[in-house]
Amino acid sequence: MDRPIRVVIAKLGLDGHDRGAKVIARALRDAGMEVIYTGLRQTPENVVEIAIQEDADCIGLSSLSGAHNHLFPKVTRILRERQAEDILVFGGGVIPEMDIPMLLDSGIAAIFTPGTTTESVIRFIKESCKR
Amino acid sequence: MNNRETSHNVKERKEIFKTSSGIEIKQFYTHSDSEQFLTEDSSAPGEFPYTRGIQPAMYRSRYWTMRQYAGFATAEESNRRYKYLLEQGQTGLSIAFDLPTQIGYDSDHPLAEGEVGKVGVAVDSLEDMETLLAGLPLDQVSISMTINSPAPILLAMYIAVAKKQGIPLTEISGTIQNDILKEYIARGTYIFPIAESMRLITDIFQYCSENVPKWNTISVSGYHIREAGANAVQEIAFTLANGIAYVEAAIASGLDVDDFAPRLSFFFNAHNDLFEEVAKFRAARRMWAMIMRDRFHAKNPKSLMLRFHTQTAGCTLTAQQPENNVVRVAMQALAAVLGGTQSLHTNSRDEALALPSEEAARIALRTQQILAYESGITETVDPLAGSYYIESLTDEIEAKAMQYIENIDDMGGAQKAIEKNYMQNEIQDSAYQYQIEIERKDRIVVGVNQFQMEEQAAGGLTYVDPEVETKQKQRLAFLKNRRDAGKVTKTLEALRTASGTNENLMPYMIDAVESYATIGEICSVLREEFGEYKQSVSL
Repeated sequence: MDRPIRVVIAKLGLDGHDRGAKVIARALRDAGMEVIYTGLRQTPENVVEIAIQEDADCIGLSSLSGAHNHLFPKVTRILRERQAEDILVFGGGVIPEMDIPMLLDSGIAAIFTPGTTTESVIRFIKESCKR
Repeated sequence: MNNRETSHNVKERKEIFKTSSGIEIKQFYTHSDSEQFLTEDSSAPGEFPYTRGIQPAMYRSRYWTMRQYAGFATAEESNRRYKYLLEQGQTGLSIAFDLPTQIGYDSDHPLAEGEVGKVGVAVDSLEDMETLLAGLPLDQVSISMTINSPAPILLAMYIAVAKKQGIPLTEISGTIQNDILKEYIARGTYIFPIAESMRLITDIFQYCSENVPKWNTISVSGYHIREAGANAVQEIAFTLANGIAYVEAAIASGLDVDDFAPRLSFFFNAHNDLFEEVAKFRAARRMWAMIMRDRFHAKNPKSLMLRFHTQTAGCTLTAQQPENNVVRVAMQALAAVLGGTQSLHTNSRDEALALPSEEAARIALRTQQILAYESGITETVDPLAGSYYIESLTDEIEAKAMQYIENIDDMGGAQKAIEKNYMQNEIQDSAYQYQIEIERKDRIVVGVNQFQMEEQAAGGLTYVDPEVETKQKQRLAFLKNRRDAGKVTKTLEALRTASGTNENLMPYMIDAVESYATIGEICSVLREEFGEYKQSVSL
C-alpha cells in the first residue's frame, strides 16, 4: 500500500514570519500528508539533512525576509551534491516576480506568492509527487 | 424587542454577522446594548479609565506622531532615508534593523548570509550607530528602535552616541521595543531563555528610571501577535497579559510600580474591521487602567494610561492589484486615529511584493497627513463615543479579552502560558481559520478571491544590492583591526562576570559598546552564560 506523501516545511534563514509556513503545514496534514515542520532558523544544510533523514518526498521552503535568492538555490545544490535531487523543492513567501525565473532555473519546482490557496499547493504536490 | 421582529422578514445576506473576533453583530443597536458605557464608565477623555483617550484634548492640542518604520542596507543609506523622511514632514523616526542585528549576530556570521541589510539596517558596532544617527537632533526627534533581544546593547549604543554629542541623558527620549515575550509567541527574534531575557528587561527598567527618565523602556506589542493570525480580542488579551508579566517581573526585582510604569508603552495593529478596531483600542485603554490600579495599586495617573503606537496591518495587503492597498491602509489608519493612537505607521502599498519603495512610502505618509489635515476627524476627541454599537463592542471585547487573561493567570501567567504553547496554538488556530474562510469565500478579499483580473508584474520595487553585505563585512573587519583589542576583551569579560551576579548589566553594556565591542561579541558572551531559547512547535 502506498504510504502518505511526506513533506518537510522549512523556515530558512533568520526570518521569523511563520504564519504562512504553519498554515501550509496544517493544510497539507489535513489533506492526508505527513508533515514535518522544522521551526525557525534553519540552514540549507539542516533542511536537506532533515529531508533525507525523514525520507521526504518534497520540501517546502519559506522566506519573507528577502534572503530567498541566496538561500533557496543552496538547498537544491546541496540536494544534488548528496544525490537526493529526487526530493521535490517548492518555495513561498514575499518573492518578487522577477526573481522567480532564476529560482526555477536553480531547480525549485514552483514558487507560490501571497494570495495562493492551500488548495493549489495541495494539488501541485499531489500531481508532482505521484509515486 | 429583538432584531428578528424588527427585520420585517427581510432576507439578509448572511445567517449570522460576526466581527473578526467572532462577536455576533446585531441588525442594529440601542441604548440597552451599551450598558457599561451608560452606567459604569461615563469618563471624559483624560479621565480614568481613559476609555476615551489619555489626554483631555487629544489631537486638538497635537496630532499623533507620524512615524514610519524604515531602514535598509547600510547605516549611511538609512541615515539618508531618515533625513529625507524628516524633510517630507515626518515627525518621528523608527529604525528597522536587519535580522542578524536583531538576533545578535555580526554581519560576518555564517547565519547572517543573505540577510545583511535586507529587512532593516545592519548595525554591528557603535561605529555603525554613529553613522546611522549622524546629524539627527537626538534632543528634538524621538527615535523608536525595533529591537528586542539585543535591546540593552542598542540602547547602550544610543546612550553612547548621545554622550558623544554632549546631550544629557535626562534629555533624550525614544523607544526600544524590548518586548521579548511576543518574540516567543509570534515574531521569532528571541535569543536567550525566558528568565534571562526578563532579567535584561528589568535591568533596563531600573537603569532608565534612574538615568534616562524620558526613555520609553518597552513597547508591549500586539502588532506581531495579530500579524501571526490572532483576532482583535486575542491581540489585546495576549498583549496585556504580557504587560502584566513585565510589571510583575519589575516589581519582583525590587522596583516600585510608579517608578517604571509611566514609561511603559504599547504597540497595536490596525486591521480591516473598522468599528471593531476602534472599540479594541478603547477597550485596551480601559482594561490597562483597571489592571494597573486594582492589580498593581499604581498611584501615578501616568502609570494607568495606555499609550500606544499603531501600525496598519501588513497581513491584509495583497500582491494582487497592489494599488488597492492604498485604500486598505487609509481605512486602517482611520481606525487608529478614531481609536486615539499616539503615533502611527502606515504601510506602503507594495509590501506584499517587496521592501517599500520611496514613492510608496511617501504615499503612505501622505495618507496620514490627509487624515490629519483634511478629514476633520481630529477636531473633537473620541468622536465615536456614545455610538450604541461602538460602546457595546468595547464592552464585549473587554469581557472576552478579560476571559483570556484569566485563563492565562490560571496557568501561572504569560511566561508559563508561552512555555505551554497556549498563545501560540490559539493564534495558529485563528490563522488557519482565517485562511479557510478566504478559500471558502466566507471572507472576501478584493482582487484575491473575488474581482480578480489579469495583471502584469509590478515594477519599481526596491532591491537591496548584494554588495551591501560585502561592504558591511569589510567595514566590520576594518573596525576589528583598528580598535583597542585589549579594551574589548576587558569590557566583555567584565560583562561576563557581572552576568552571573544580580548586578544591573546596563553599565557593563555601555562600557562594552564604547570599547567598540560588536553586537555579535556581546551576545556571544551572553549566549555562553545564559544559554539559548529552544522553540517547540506543535502544529
